[in-house]
Amino acid sequence: MSDWVEACATGDIDEEDVMRFDHGGRTFAIYRSPDDEFFATDGLCTHEKVHLADGLVMDDIIECPKHNGRFNYKTGDARGAPVCVNLKTYPVKVDAGKVLIQIG
Amino acid sequence: MARGMVIIGAGECGGRAALALRELGYDGPVTLVGDEPHLPYERPPLSKEAMVSEAPEIKAIASDAILAEKSIRHIHSVQAVAIDRAAHAVSLSDGSALPYDKLLLATGSTPRKLPMPGLGPRCVYLRTFTDALAIRAHLTAGNRIAVIGGGFIGLELAAAARKLGAAVIVIEAQPRILMRGVPAEIAQIIHDAHVAEGVDILCGDGIASIADDGNEVRITLVGGQEISADLAVIGIGAVPVTGLAAEAGLAIDNGVAVDAELRSSDPDILAAGDCCSFPLAVYGGRRVRLEAWRNAQEQGALAARNMLGAGEAHAAVPWFWSDQYGLSLQIAGLSDEGRSTVRRDLGDGAFILFHLAEDGRLVAASGIGPGNAVARDIRLAEMLIGKRAKPAPEALGSQAVKLKSLLAA
Ligand SMILES: Cc1cc2nc3c(=O)[nH]c(=O)nc-3n(C[C@H](O)[C@H](O)[C@H](O)COP(=O)(O)OP(=O)(O)OC[C@H]3O[C@@H](n4cnc5c(N)ncnc54)[C@H](O)[C@@H]3O)c2cc1C
Ligand code: FES
Repeated sequence: MSDWVEACATGDIDEEDVMRFDHGGRTFAIYRSPDDEFFATDGLCTHEKVHLADGLVMDDIIECPKHNGRFNYKTGDARGAPVCVNLKTYPVKVDAGKVLIQIG
Repeated sequence: MARGMVIIGAGECGGRAALALRELGYDGPVTLVGDEPHLPYERPPLSKEAMVSEAPEIKAIASDAILAEKSIRHIHSVQAVAIDRAAHAVSLSDGSALPYDKLLLATGSTPRKLPMPGLGPRCVYLRTFTDALAIRAHLTAGNRIAVIGGGFIGLELAAAARKLGAAVIVIEAQPRILMRGVPAEIAQIIHDAHVAEGVDILCGDGIASIADDGNEVRITLVGGQEISADLAVIGIGAVPVTGLAAEAGLAIDNGVAVDAELRSSDPDILAAGDCCSFPLAVYGGRRVRLEAWRNAQEQGALAARNMLGAGEAHAAVPWFWSDQYGLSLQIAGLSDEGRSTVRRDLGDGAFILFHLAEDGRLVAASGIGPGNAVARDIRLAEMLIGKRAKPAPEALGSQAVKLKSLLAA
């Protein structure tokens, strides 16, 4: 199933930053990396279900705003305490200034 | 043959240290000894989510399966009672002895006891999951809860009790709540939130006497006021658990005294987390003891690296958070290092106070606001503090200037 959903415009997110995107009762985090690529993950931290969009993006890491749990937002890998469960990631493509994510 | 690594105290710090030893590839025996009956678990939820939950559950740091998979031997419900430093062995309350190559003391802290006669079964403290369950049972609509001490744990508990419909009074001997470590401007916001939720807060009056007949606690204040409660929860701070270390002859200085690499006065014994005092590099080696969750985690991991010979010095900036009602407070650094403050408003009532030293160095940042509004800027402030930066006060105060841009400078 290739249900691509428009999440935002490329200009909506600064470089090295993150934005919240809600769709169909689910919530996601959309990232723009320092080298201007876009990525998407589940919105909620795997530690205590806090939204990552209030967190800090540094290089390819998103840091949870609640207890500083870290994930690589490109791969979803949990990067140390207190998070141990990886974050689900979603394919992203950019088309005519729009950021699209594929929610399977 | 390796005697292995022994960790005393299966809390946040000990649990993290055990996991870290394995992550670092150590393949000798790892033994985690704890006197609580549970898996290593997180304490912060005890005064927050768990306290308002219908059926509080432990938030384990590692499941039995993970401990087994990583060959971490967890001995629970058993106390370490003595350290034989010459023999490199710890004796346990079940009569057994454990040899060690390196020993980590992660014994944490324990509530400071109210030094007063008259306390009884309805005068309780909150530190463990068992304590939390006992308190939770009293937090019912209409029950009267007296919180003695306006510190974080007491205030979080007050918020939880209100949520469950109990009548709550907070008694603080100091002129205001959160005297230790929280700027007055921020303490006031927390105070107002409690009052708006119906909590009575009495500041500046000490307790003259307490009488607990098993059904009711009667508290008489120095000023003469009498308060009756179904339960009194005492939250007047914590003291480090150092008995084992002291008896073994280790240096104690407001906690097990360790160096920057978390080594005690015996190089084969390290201490970390709430139980130790250590030199904080970011403030020129000022000796501190922290009672903070992230510190316990970080020092647990650092202790593991140093047990394996890394020789790495502690370099982190203290960080703390608290949640009450919809408000979150976060503090990076120790605000008493500051001489002046700059305020940065973030919208929705959220703001951060930046604390600057005499020479303009950023030494701490205290923020409060709804949800996680202050998180990102506090984290950036923490990095600036770590870099010993001297950001321009105007830049800190202006929302138009991104803190991230100051980091690069
Ligand atoms: C209710 C509550 C809420 C909190 N909320 C926050 C918060 O919001 N933010 C924050 O930053 N921090 C918070 N904290 C503080 C944080 O939980 C502690 O800093 C952290 O738990 C310290 O970890 P530790 O491993 O050093 O000590 P502990 O977690 O106390 O663990 C020490 C363990 O060692 C055991 N032990 C001691 N002596 C022996 C012995 N001789 N033999 C065997 N076992 C022994 C103890 O029983 C205990 O299980 C909170 C604490 C409490 C109690
Ligand atoms: S909720 Fe994300 S680290 Fe705790």
